[in-house]
Amino acid sequence: MNQNVTEHSKAAAQFLKDENRAAWHDETLWFVRAKRDKAAQQLPEWESLREMASAIKAHTLAHLDEYLLIFEAKAKANGVPIHWAADAEEHNRIVYSILEKHKVKNVVKSKSMLTEECGLNHYLENQGVSVVDTDLGEFIVQLRKEQPSHIVLPAIHLKKEDVSNTFHEYLQTEKNNYDPAYLTKSARKVLREKFLTADAAITGVNFALAETGGIVVCTNEGNADLGVHAAQLHIACMGIEKLIPRAEHLGVFLRLLARSATGQPISTYSSHFHRPIKGQEVHIVLVDNGRTQQLGREDFRNSLKCIRCGACFNTCPVYRRSGGHSYHNSVAGPIGSILAPNLDMRKNADLPFASTLCGSCTNVCPVKINIHEQLWTWRQILMKEGYGGFVKKSSMKAMAVVLSNPRIYKFIGKVSRRLMQRLPGLVNNKLNPWYKNREMPQPPKQSFNEWYEKNKK
Amino acid sequence: MSSRENILEAIRRNKLEDMLLPSLHFYEHKPEDLLSQFSHTLSGIGGSCRKVHDYEQINAYLAEARGKNSSIINAVEELTGCNINDFFNADAKLLESTEIFIVRGGVAVAENGAIWVTEKNMGNRLLPFLCQKLIIVVEAGNLVFNMYEAYEKIAIDQEGYGVFIAGPSKTADIEQSLVIGAHGPLSLDVFIMENQFG
Repeated sequence: MNQNVTEHSKAAAQFLKDENRAAWHDETLWFVRAKRDKAAQQLPEWESLREMASAIKAHTLAHLDEYLLIFEAKAKANGVPIHWAADAEEHNRIVYSILEKHKVKNVVKSKSMLTEECGLNHYLENQGVSVVDTDLGEFIVQLRKEQPSHIVLPAIHLKKEDVSNTFHEYLQTEKNNYDPAYLTKSARKVLREKFLTADAAITGVNFALAETGGIVVCTNEGNADLGVHAAQLHIACMGIEKLIPRAEHLGVFLRLLARSATGQPISTYSSHFHRPIKGQEVHIVLVDNGRTQQLGREDFRNSLKCIRCGACFNTCPVYRRSGGHSYHNSVAGPIGSILAPNLDMRKNADLPFASTLCGSCTNVCPVKINIHEQLWTWRQILMKEGYGGFVKKSSMKAMAVVLSNPRIYKFIGKVSRRLMQRLPGLVNNKLNPWYKNREMPQPPKQSFNEWYEKNKK
Repeated sequence: MSSRENILEAIRRNKLEDMLLPSLHFYEHKPEDLLSQFSHTLSGIGGSCRKVHDYEQINAYLAEARGKNSSIINAVEELTGCNINDFFNADAKLLESTEIFIVRGGVAVAENGAIWVTEKNMGNRLLPFLCQKLIIVVEAGNLVFNMYEAYEKIAIDQEGYGVFIAGPSKTADIEQSLVIGAHGPLSLDVFIMENQFG
């Protein structure tokens, strides 16, 4: 992965340069958030579903070792071997070794944020294996050699004109035909052919059931099923936090997932895989890659409850106005900003600051992760560890001196008010980051203290 | 130590406080007319639903489709022209041209329009996804209110594979414009059979 990342605020500034596109991005994601609200409000017991989902995950995480072992035993009894990967590198190696054994050249992959996290496509392509992402949004960004910018809506940063141009270039579709139905149909033709000719299918996992050793994969397009059922080999890759105890718990999670993600009552396909058909092989790869470490961080443990619905992205005022790519992490948005520093504090030190701490993410989270509180806690840790940068650190220090000393506070207040009244250019200029896209307020004539002294009688 | 041991050991080292599994409680009121809720929800997600009294009505529909030279694979024994036996082991290349696939569903969920279809129902796992038009036959007695009731009625690992299907395949990946018919079926029609003895 590229270590020379652009800081979130700089990448966001770049994103905002195209004002129309940024406004469109903002409004479209807010529209998805509104659909989520409508879907949630149709269930009177929505809040209690969130409570239950959060508690089921808390229980499972507290007994994760036991549930993993039950899951492994059941899956093996179902004829599905389980592989354990400590990190991304081992995950990629395991997947490739299975593919190599089967002499696989062509893989179709359905959406899996874990394989994005591990950089699997890149790894396999270096080994000479062709990988086609079959989720339409992922297919589009793959053709463009980009990363998904959203975990549920991978191509949300693109306009139909972009998609049309990309398809014209790679799929020879009509130039300037921007009709989404036409473009989708064109991709359908190409991808159905890929499903028929692939040697293996790789999928992610939405939920894994300890009790029965099965996995559940949710899609709207049917791409996971087409890939898996048409191929001789299915490899399912999952983070160890995807486990839930029993089928009855799926009733809770499936009621929450799609409603939170897109406002649908349920995904079109919720596929339950337990045993392969005759002649087919299924493998499951369990991946840690920092999850046990996050489990050990008491303040951030809850982030492992995440079911990757993307609701926190859609509601986040910063995400909507900065785009997924500015987060330089496979999982962007508020949840990505608390997962990423666990993996690499230095590289991702900017992300917990890419938030207004408004708390909207926490309010919509279907498993009640205290996202904005964790962002705030990360900030404190990052500052303490020295990842805050010189400007942030020294300005915070200066502020601490001013705020803890009433006399200095009063004096600076007075001087600043006078200066701002007489020389507004001192603050209304490009050197002041607060002036960007904002007018500075009119300075008041007197401070509250001065007013109080005059009027206290 | 293997990664397996390392991962398990790392989890145990954290010594997490025990959290009890919550008891599941649901208090929403079951509507009296499950069928109308199901039908309403299904049409909202791009499917359609019609009530029939017996298999003859479905046979008549299939006869009409056959008249239009549609290639039909029929996995419902009670219907005329059940031919799934010929396709148990058929591969994707052979099945790709299937126009209509008709299959029996298990429980159907009123709150979200999802229908449980198992491997035994479909005969070949590919068919519900590769066909152009999917038709599911559901007995009215199999309608349930919500997902929780659905999971009470089914055993998810009784067969190797089962899927909840809610509507035709769809995508909104291009500018959030909904397109019905992504990679899978372009339509879903559900026949609700009032009399389970046909």
